[in-house]
Amino acid sequence: MTEPLLQMRQISKSYEGTRALRGVDFSAVAGEVHAIVGENGAGKSTLVKILSGAVRRDSGEILLDGRPVEINSPFDAHHQGIRAVYQEFSLVPHLSVTENILMGQMPVTRGGWLDWNAAHRRAQAVLEEIGFYGINVRTPVSRLSVPHQQMVEIAKALLATPRILILDEPSAVLSQEEVTRLFHLIIRLKQQSTLVLYISHRLEEVFEVADRITVLKDGELVGTVRSEESNQTQLIRMMVGRTLEEIYPQRRSQAGEEVLRVHQLSRDGVFENVSFSLKRGEVLGMFGLVGSGRTQVARCLFGADQPTSGQIFLHGQPFRPKTPRDAVEAGIAFLTEDRKRNGLVMTCSIRDNISLASLSRMSRWGVLSRRQQDQQVLAKVRELDIRPPQLQRLVRQLSGGNQQKVVLAKWLLVRADVLILDEPTRGVDVATKVEIYQIIRDLAERGVAILLISSEMPEILGMSDRVLVMREGHVAGEFSQEQATEEGLLALAAVGSQVA
Amino acid sequence: MRNVTQTSPSRVASLKERLRAGGSSRRLYETLRHHWADYGVIVAFIVLVIITASTSDVFFTERNISNLLRQIVPNGLISLGMLVVILTGGIDLSVGSIVALAGILSAGLQDDIPLALAILIALAAGVVAGAVNGVLIARFKLAPFIVTLATLGAIRGLVYVYSDTPQSPTNPAFRRILGGSVGGIAGSLAVATVIMVICYPIIWFFLNRTSAGRAIFAIGGNEEAVRLAGINVERHILAAYIISGLCSAMAGVLLAARLGIAQPSLGSGYELDAIAAAVIGGAILGGGGGSVPGTFGGVLVLGLINNLLNLYNVQSYYQQILKGVIIVFAVLARRKQQ
Ligand SMILES: Nc1ncnc2c1ncn2[C@@H]1O[C@H](COP(=O)(O)OP(=O)(O)OP(=O)(O)O)[C@@H](O)[C@H]1O
Ligand SMILES: [Mg+2]
Repeated sequence: MTEPLLQMRQISKSYEGTRALRGVDFSAVAGEVHAIVGENGAGKSTLVKILSGAVRRDSGEILLDGRPVEINSPFDAHHQGIRAVYQEFSLVPHLSVTENILMGQMPVTRGGWLDWNAAHRRAQAVLEEIGFYGINVRTPVSRLSVPHQQMVEIAKALLATPRILILDEPSAVLSQEEVTRLFHLIIRLKQQSTLVLYISHRLEEVFEVADRITVLKDGELVGTVRSEESNQTQLIRMMVGRTLEEIYPQRRSQAGEEVLRVHQLSRDGVFENVSFSLKRGEVLGMFGLVGSGRTQVARCLFGADQPTSGQIFLHGQPFRPKTPRDAVEAGIAFLTEDRKRNGLVMTCSIRDNISLASLSRMSRWGVLSRRQQDQQVLAKVRELDIRPPQLQRLVRQLSGGNQQKVVLAKWLLVRADVLILDEPTRGVDVATKVEIYQIIRDLAERGVAILLISSEMPEILGMSDRVLVMREGHVAGEFSQEQATEEGLLALAAVGSQVA
Repeated sequence: MRNVTQTSPSRVASLKERLRAGGSSRRLYETLRHHWADYGVIVAFIVLVIITASTSDVFFTERNISNLLRQIVPNGLISLGMLVVILTGGIDLSVGSIVALAGILSAGLQDDIPLALAILIALAAGVVAGAVNGVLIARFKLAPFIVTLATLGAIRGLVYVYSDTPQSPTNPAFRRILGGSVGGIAGSLAVATVIMVICYPIIWFFLNRTSAGRAIFAIGGNEEAVRLAGINVERHILAAYIISGLCSAMAGVLLAARLGIAQPSLGSGYELDAIAAAVIGGAILGGGGGSVPGTFGGVLVLGLINNLLNLYNVQSYYQQILKGVIIVFAVLARRKQQ
């Protein structure tokens, strides 16, 4: 094999008491796509953040083209042609797309003024070159949907062709369509002999795009395999130390009476005439491309936004939540898709975050019962295997997947009749996914009505009793579990006509 | 029917192991790290005490100590309210004007109505002022800085409209009780000090052990997440400003009782000391951090600096410079910790 472009030797890193990496030796060659996989908290993000200068290593060295380099800050990394797209967004929310993409490199006119026209054109060009259309470069990033934010983040990293491109779970927030485009992009970069480090929990994806795969476990490197010589079962065994036979529970629960009915619900400019019903004990999958309006419908059901027309019936009674508080009191829980923006309080502890939606239930006369709180929170921490299981730990210090589990735990604690899950397994590792799917099924069997919004096709197919497909703000169609196929769903979501 | 082979037993075992690994000594270490800001303040406090005690023989006299404890009362109360507001991600600049409003009302009204009623009205005025701040900020989504800057001016104006000359309390019981000492074994310990000290555990309990308190903590970290958790954010923000108004009003009443006169200019500039105390004690402007013990430490440190420099007859300008330096260091120390 050719001389590796990148060598990381004996890399170790501890965060106040947690050993995130111990003596990791990692190397990769130019022009390859090298995937890094492992359980939540295995140290993947830490490893690539050390490479990109976002985190300082405790010991070890980094070599590029065989020569040791000092990377102590993101600035150093940029200098070496290393660019990263992090799991947690690093965009400036109130600045425009253009400013975010061209940050620090805004074009100026001869007089020294910012050349806005040139800047917008440049940003637009970068986005289109990598195959992302339909983003207005003048809008502030905070108004973009999560997937669009992710695309901006990627565009930002590709302003100049990097020597090493780090993608930390890029697909977690993208839908199938965009993932395909991302893969085309990756292949193009490969031809320009860029090394792409690709972190993902979706193993199908990893096998599709990666040349080699490195597995991390508990901060140590387990091994590196060539993807054509390996398979999912082997990889999972390397990751979790055991085999998982079934990812999706085979059980199906009996749907009961109708709990929620949505009739001709519309919100101007967002979605129109959406009607469906949700029954006790049923998992209703909601599939669609990004921007198809799924999250918006959910927000209206939850009182986070107001519909402009149409009706909602809860247990047969007209229901129009004015605030999320109304919805929670009526027994609706809503796990939001963007954990950082509206799911978590990063500066608070695991305990505070998990109990946030159940505070009133844990207190009498407004006084919290610490005993009850700890009991309930700890039960969820165990059930979802949140690591480390220290209630006092700030959520900011958790790995991405564990943060997602905290949000999920918060809503599982609420004991709602209707549970809306918007991308519940985003960034969660395989083993935990399996646990979460079991929990969702258990809840359904106990009579909870579940609306599962997901862009992950296997998840929708594996979990749903019925699938609703949304396209451009309309319900494009509905499938029973037997009818639902990958091709059928995709065709309907993309074209809007039932080809299958 | 389970479809997953061998999950639970190994998981539970490894969980137990991990729990044990994070046992008592580690926990102590974690707590220490976590509360670094609090302990930093304590260290500063001890250093100051040692410096003062070793260079001045007046410092450790009962008279000086009880004086010191009496002098920190207004800032002690105001900072506590300020902390609650800062935790929500806000700020209250109007505290000094509320001090004057409550002080002058309690001193001026007692001529005509019973003392207790006068005090009650003064405190109610603080609550109302806080509620006005709170409604404008929570309900109408105005920036806390702007709103309280406006009420800072408006309330001060109101005070001058009520009386542009100093008001002297006429009821002797006012000065004797609220401005006096506890007596008995507690000797010259001021009643005002006792009242202030009692407020600390109350607010601590409120913030740490009630659902409203936890919500206030969380709001400063991510308001939208709290709203989507089904919590009435507006009401909690309103409560925070009311608490701040009430604390300031208490400070005003106690100050009037101690001084035996209430100037319409009473309390101007107090907001800065209150913000400083909270920040020295670990509060993060914009929300997301802060603690009651830390704030108490901040109040003590600021009080000590004043006391120390007074003992040496240092001009107050130097006191301000030193305060500035200490605030910068407090914030730097926390930076480093992160
Ligand atoms: N800022 C931090 N402070 C303290 N501990 C941290 C911090 N960031 C990460 N850790 C810890 O370091 C370990 C490795 O985290 P890392 O983010 O690298 O995991 P990961 O493999 O990327 O996981 P995921 O798949 O969930 O994203 C975890 O135990 C995590 O709790
Ligand atoms: Mg990660």
